[in-house]
Amino acid sequence: MTLVSGWGRFPVVDSDVLRPRSFAAVGDAVSAGTVARGSGRAYGDAAIGAVRTVAMTGFDRVRSFDPATGRVRLEAGVLLSDLIDTFGPRGFLPFVVPGTRFVSVGGAIAADVHGKNHHCEGGFGRYVDSLLLRTGQGDVIEASREQNSDAFFATVGGMGLTGIILEATMRLRRVETGWIRERVISASDLDAAMRALEASNDATYSVAWIDCVARGRDLGRSLIYLGEHAGRDELAEGVDAFPVGRSSGLSVPVDLPSMALNRTSVRAFNELYYRMGARRAGGSHVVSLYPYFFPLDSIGDWNRIYGKRGFLQHQCVIPEANARAVLGDILDRVARRGDASFLAVLKKLGQGDGILSFPLPGYTLALDFPVKGDILNFLDEIDRLVVAAGGRLYLAKDARQSRATFAAGYPALQRFNAIRKSLDPAGNIRSKLSQRLLDEV
Amino acid sequence: MTSRKSVLVLGGSSDIGRAAARAFAKRGYDVGLAGRDVAALQLDAADLRARYDVEVGLHQFDVLDTAAFDRFVAGLPVLPDVVISIVGLLGTQENAENDLAHATTIMRSNYEGPSLILGLFAEKFLTRGSGTIVGVSSVAGDRGRASNYVYGSAKAGFSAFLSGLRARASRGGVHVVTVKPGFVRTKMTEGMKLIGPLTVEAPVVGDAILAAVENKTDVVYVSGKWRLVMLIIKALPEAVFKKLKF
Repeated sequence: MTLVSGWGRFPVVDSDVLRPRSFAAVGDAVSAGTVARGSGRAYGDAAIGAVRTVAMTGFDRVRSFDPATGRVRLEAGVLLSDLIDTFGPRGFLPFVVPGTRFVSVGGAIAADVHGKNHHCEGGFGRYVDSLLLRTGQGDVIEASREQNSDAFFATVGGMGLTGIILEATMRLRRVETGWIRERVISASDLDAAMRALEASNDATYSVAWIDCVARGRDLGRSLIYLGEHAGRDELAEGVDAFPVGRSSGLSVPVDLPSMALNRTSVRAFNELYYRMGARRAGGSHVVSLYPYFFPLDSIGDWNRIYGKRGFLQHQCVIPEANARAVLGDILDRVARRGDASFLAVLKKLGQGDGILSFPLPGYTLALDFPVKGDILNFLDEIDRLVVAAGGRLYLAKDARQSRATFAAGYPALQRFNAIRKSLDPAGNIRSKLSQRLLDEV
Repeated sequence: MTSRKSVLVLGGSSDIGRAAARAFAKRGYDVGLAGRDVAALQLDAADLRARYDVEVGLHQFDVLDTAAFDRFVAGLPVLPDVVISIVGLLGTQENAENDLAHATTIMRSNYEGPSLILGLFAEKFLTRGSGTIVGVSSVAGDRGRASNYVYGSAKAGFSAFLSGLRARASRGGVHVVTVKPGFVRTKMTEGMKLIGPLTVEAPVVGDAILAAVENKTDVVYVSGKWRLVMLIIKALPEAVFKKLKF
């Protein structure tokens, strides 16, 4: 047995971790209580098997690539960072990237991850044409919108609970460069931030960083980052069409003491960050895709900054009609508490594609909290606001929501359960997350 | 025939072999992958073609079958610009202490086979007047340790062979690189307790091999920390060293 946790390092639990080297060995590895694990970037307990965890990152081969269509077939353990480094210089990028590039393709499908373009281009699953799935009962099936479509739509966003994704065929976006034309807008409060996001609906990429320490008049003050793929003619002479993705060399080598992040240090950081961003606001400039899409990737093991006890990310989505009031309420409670992190992100989402996909038309807010004190109770209170507003929580980030919150947020759950059962009558595929939220008890 | 450079990877299905092949293919090299089980290399060949749009050839090669080496080299469609030997066998020290056959296989897989095949390539390269030879040896060859001296001694022999070959071949326009990876997270080391800060991922080794070939480095410790660690281990007096159990 090995101690396993997600990116948030909470909870930490025992699971038997296997690292198969062939698809046949993957099949052999599946027994009662198994789930696949990619890069381990889900924050909570999604990629930890109830009994056994099958690590898939060894499956990192590209099977085929057609430069005429941008269609690529690959093994599920390929990381998006690898796809970007390999196909970026050839003029192709994934259509959808989440806030870290160190996620596997299988994980990105299972969480139907979204990026800064979800409001206009949808989620990761939209660009998956088909996938090869090893079901809980041992069948290996190709699933697409046309063939085994129930399995396909249950697997996209299905948190690995339909089986083990072995391969996928996806479409890549043709780009002229690996640079992004970025425009920063500063918004003095939540209303201004939401207006700015609304007004930028036609921007390919948009996201708001919220200073969640700011209160009162400043509540919800934000920097909004808009982005478009830059053309070759927008680059200065002598600049390579594709930037080099380098780590900053910075990393967090040890668990910081839990007091390192306190009201004063976060407030100081946020003040500085907001002012620096506000100064850049207005004009546009060209930045490398790496800092634009993956600002935190340049700091290795940044999750250790929250100390040994780990942290929780609370990411909800609130339907558009109720968003302003509920988000204001949540931000106010968080600001008054004062222990949320610098990482509050607000973003518009569109409709999700998978049966259990997180996105719905509205606004998503992501907040980080160190695991300490009465944080679990506090988040339960926030959940009540989310549920009352018809919203829900992102399973890829979740480590603690209740069954009731989950069931209220995901009305298609019955349908998902029926498909899951048909693919896995014995219920072999089970994660710590499914035990907590879905499995029959 | 393309005018592109080519690399031949002996031990192409190993994690370091795959990483090296990717690093060179990304740089535009055509790739030959050689291994015992050619069928198992098909997926890696497809991977390299899809990723980097290069030519990939597959070759059957068994490092223990030294009698077939001449034929193997003669049968290659082109003499590569770079040949890399990643073959080796960690084996089990405890078994090797009692089982002569196992000890022999470790010695032959890590010393005899790799040295003989690279020696053959060296002669061809010297005749041509160009080429680079890369031998992946090990820090374990820097000093025989109680816990793995059968493997270590074979790697020591391989390192010495490469060192001598380098001295001779450098006069003929042929460069020889010795790579000492240290701990690498691979199939070979799975389940072993590796020391985090001294451990690297296979792609780091692949990139280091490419850099060493391009920069004509002689001896590469993939993680610089290992150079220091082994310097200290080598400097320990035998009277002290023999008391250590590692």
